[in-house]
Amino acid sequence: MKKVVVALLVLIISLLTFGVIKIGVVLPMTGGISAFGELVWEGVQLAHEEMPKVLGEDVTLVLVDNRSEKIEAANAVSRAIDKEGVVAIIGQVASSHSLAGGQIAETKGVPMLSPSSTNPLVTQGKKFVSRVCFIDPFQGGALAVFASDLLGVKKVAVFVDIEQDYSVGLTNFFIDRFKKSGGQVKKIYYKTGDQEFSAQITQALAFGADAILVTGYYPEIALVAQQAKMLGFTGYFLAGDGADAPELVQIGGEAVEGLFFTTHFHPDANVTERSKRFVNEFVRKYKKKPSALAALGYDAYMILMEAISRVGKADPKLIAEAVRSIKNFEGATGIITIDENGNALKSVIVDVVKNGEFAFQTVIQPDQILGK
Amino acid sequence: MQLNAILVTQNVFNGIMVGGLYALIAVGYTMVYGILRLINFAHGDIMMMGIYFAFYGVILMRMPTILGIVFAILATALLGFVVDRVAYKPLRNAPRISALITAIGMSFFLESFAVVVFGANYKSFLQVLGKNKAFVFKTFKLGGVIIPQITFVVIGITIVALLILFYIVYRTKIGMAMRAISADIPTTSLMGINVDLVIGFTFALGSAFAAIAGIMWAMRYPNFYPYTGFMPGLKAFIAAVFGGIGSLQGAVLGGFLLGIIEVMLITFFPSLMQYRDAFAFLILIIILLIKPSGLLGKKSIEKV
Repeated sequence: MKKVVVALLVLIISLLTFGVIKIGVVLPMTGGISAFGELVWEGVQLAHEEMPKVLGEDVTLVLVDNRSEKIEAANAVSRAIDKEGVVAIIGQVASSHSLAGGQIAETKGVPMLSPSSTNPLVTQGKKFVSRVCFIDPFQGGALAVFASDLLGVKKVAVFVDIEQDYSVGLTNFFIDRFKKSGGQVKKIYYKTGDQEFSAQITQALAFGADAILVTGYYPEIALVAQQAKMLGFTGYFLAGDGADAPELVQIGGEAVEGLFFTTHFHPDANVTERSKRFVNEFVRKYKKKPSALAALGYDAYMILMEAISRVGKADPKLIAEAVRSIKNFEGATGIITIDENGNALKSVIVDVVKNGEFAFQTVIQPDQILGK
Repeated sequence: MQLNAILVTQNVFNGIMVGGLYALIAVGYTMVYGILRLINFAHGDIMMMGIYFAFYGVILMRMPTILGIVFAILATALLGFVVDRVAYKPLRNAPRISALITAIGMSFFLESFAVVVFGANYKSFLQVLGKNKAFVFKTFKLGGVIIPQITFVVIGITIVALLILFYIVYRTKIGMAMRAISADIPTTSLMGINVDLVIGFTFALGSAFAAIAGIMWAMRYPNFYPYTGFMPGLKAFIAAVFGGIGSLQGAVLGGFLLGIIEVMLITFFPSLMQYRDAFAFLILIIILLIKPSGLLGKKSIEKV
């Protein structure tokens, strides 16, 4: 009798799982940056709703929480692959998590596609880890192009957060590109958690900067802008995607009005036909405007589906290769080409803070950044 | 970069601005030490709680800004009283090191409590100020040098706070009791003074000053989160030791000097600007080596 039950159960389970392609989604759903995880998950779910089948088989999403921790980020990838048997993984948000998890995915030979890790090291020397977002050299270049060509800025004081690899990297890539356009730069240092910048700002003013670029995250960006305005700075404020959080405006108030920052996506940018559709569908499902992270999550899922359908079967190794052969893919965040190193080449969006909201300013194309 | 008179003067005023905030926090810090000989490492976190009280008073209970601030000061005073009752009173007769460890524990507790109850994300104090926020951003221009209005407010409040403190400590009965306790606790209790009540009052008063300092701090730096009190608390401790811990005038002097020295070091050695916090600790080490009792501190004879 027991054997019959077991056999029946096995049969039911195999019937249920027959024709199912499992995709792991490893995100921070609890802990410090859980807000980011939730945003990506919204986009992934929307994409899944739009395309629930590939190769005629159902796609099942397996959400695994990395608890915003580096070690758990690696464990979560192991669990998704060994226990759940996923053929590919979407994840993770923070570069440090993607670095930890990517190592496991690489060893086990399962493709991992990060929606939002911009640090160049994430994909370096790896065959199975790729991403759908631009990398920091690209973002730094876009900032330089925007500052020199569109704003006509000649002297920039760059505030560098010495505690963040993201900030140091972004600064260096910005300076490389900005100097090529004939600009002058002065580096000003601070560290995460600093609140008093007046001495540093006085230095920037003495340098005669006509723009201040803060390459860190929103809490410090907001304070630098505030204190610089109080000390009589009238030039431009610039920042990278570390500014892309509503808290920037809450903390910065009127001081961040007119601040420009580079980012991945804006609902009004309409960079592709698909962006429009994505925004409409997103508003219908969630009753709010989509964030950049949601759009990136959506694109990660769609590119994975495209890769699987090109391969014709759910084979992890072939999927990983197919991901890297994607050219001119129309995503919500732009026309995406993934190069042989797994990095996305795509346009960079520039937003501006207007009346306390993030308004779309312009798009910088890859050839503008790479050209000259 | 060339140094010019305006740059240096501007940075002196920047230093006064920062120093005024340090001084205001250090006053509450040094007061508790003066009475109890307890380094209250939780002082910065009590200050942080004061900011949250003001925030939730205005946002959740919809109080007007001024009322919200008064509420925050009273609530923080009560918190200080409770902290003393719960954490320090049971250790009154224990070795001093036990009280110190408890103070560090209290600091961690308040931080973790704030993370759980208020959330780990940054919040903005501008919401508390509402329509009054323009007040924070007003500046004066004096021949090329720009001084934020809030600098004067901070200095003014520090002076008023000190006057009130001196009045309480030197002109009232409870002040006399406080001074008596600072000299000798067992004898004071024999005189029929309720020692615990007076110490509780001292904590409440010190915490009220922490709340005032916190609100000033948040006006200058509107982003706050549960660990906001950590650095200011540490700086105020250094300022208090610098000026002579236990001395109210010393705390004020130490605070202003620390602020100015920090900023001037960056001015003259711009390449060292990322080590600004390290300078503060360097000052602490130097003062402990050269004049351990601080600038205005009295040399006390340890009772053996």
